[in-house]
Amino acid sequence: MKIILNNREEILNTTKGNLTINELLKLKKFSFTRLVVKINSKLIKRENFDSASFQENDNVEIIHMISGG
Amino acid sequence: MEFQKTKAKLKYKTIGIAGCGGLGSNAAVALARVGIGKLIIADFDKIEESNLNRQYFFFDQIGKYKAPTLLENINRINPDVLVEAHTIKLTSKDVVELYKECDVIVEAFDKAEMKEMIVETVLSEFPAKPIVCGVGLAGWGGNELIKVERYDNLYIVGDHIYETSEDDPPIAPRVGIVANMMANVVLELLLGKDK
Repeated sequence: MKIILNNREEILNTTKGNLTINELLKLKKFSFTRLVVKINSKLIKRENFDSASFQENDNVEIIHMISGG
Repeated sequence: MEFQKTKAKLKYKTIGIAGCGGLGSNAAVALARVGIGKLIIADFDKIEESNLNRQYFFFDQIGKYKAPTLLENINRINPDVLVEAHTIKLTSKDVVELYKECDVIVEAFDKAEMKEMIVETVLSEFPAKPIVCGVGLAGWGGNELIKVERYDNLYIVGDHIYETSEDDPPIAPRVGIVANMMANVVLELLLGKDK
């Protein structure tokens, strides 16, 4: 599946037509605990990571927040 | 643009700064020096000696609350800047209340969960308002890793990688670079592109 992930084109190694955010995190081995997630500019809250999904050509943003300031 | 002209434009702008630590105190001072009209600053914490390796406070201010002390320091630099200082641990509700009139919001918290909270709040409550966020500033060196990444109205400034820890503490040069880059993004948002 080809998507835009964090402003860059990304080919995901999957045969599925739809992926949820949690499936994407697992696939990419993202282990950040604090995240801001958007699909096509729409904010996805943590409680919806298992239900919110995206497909080919969607624009997905997984922005990790790390401590320091 | 002449400095007097930029100053005249900035005079009518309000910036919200969430957190008065390394990022917040340095970004606030940079914006005050160029003559921003109003700053709304907030922090719940008191100044500790360990903060002086990066934060815009002085040795004789240890023990004081950060927000009102930063107001004092800004007044000494540029008394024309209106500063509203709040000693408060911000919740999502406070962010909406305090920062609703701001032209731009600067996220300057230390903890990742607070960064997540304010970004989610601003994106859902004020989708049209720009928010500039500091992510990744620990340690020293690596100038070439520090960058600005834009996601709609969210601007992430920093190396996006290095979290602060005992082994990789935040210290003045790198924190100052990120804080000043954040202030520079704010100016670009307010004045338009210059470069």
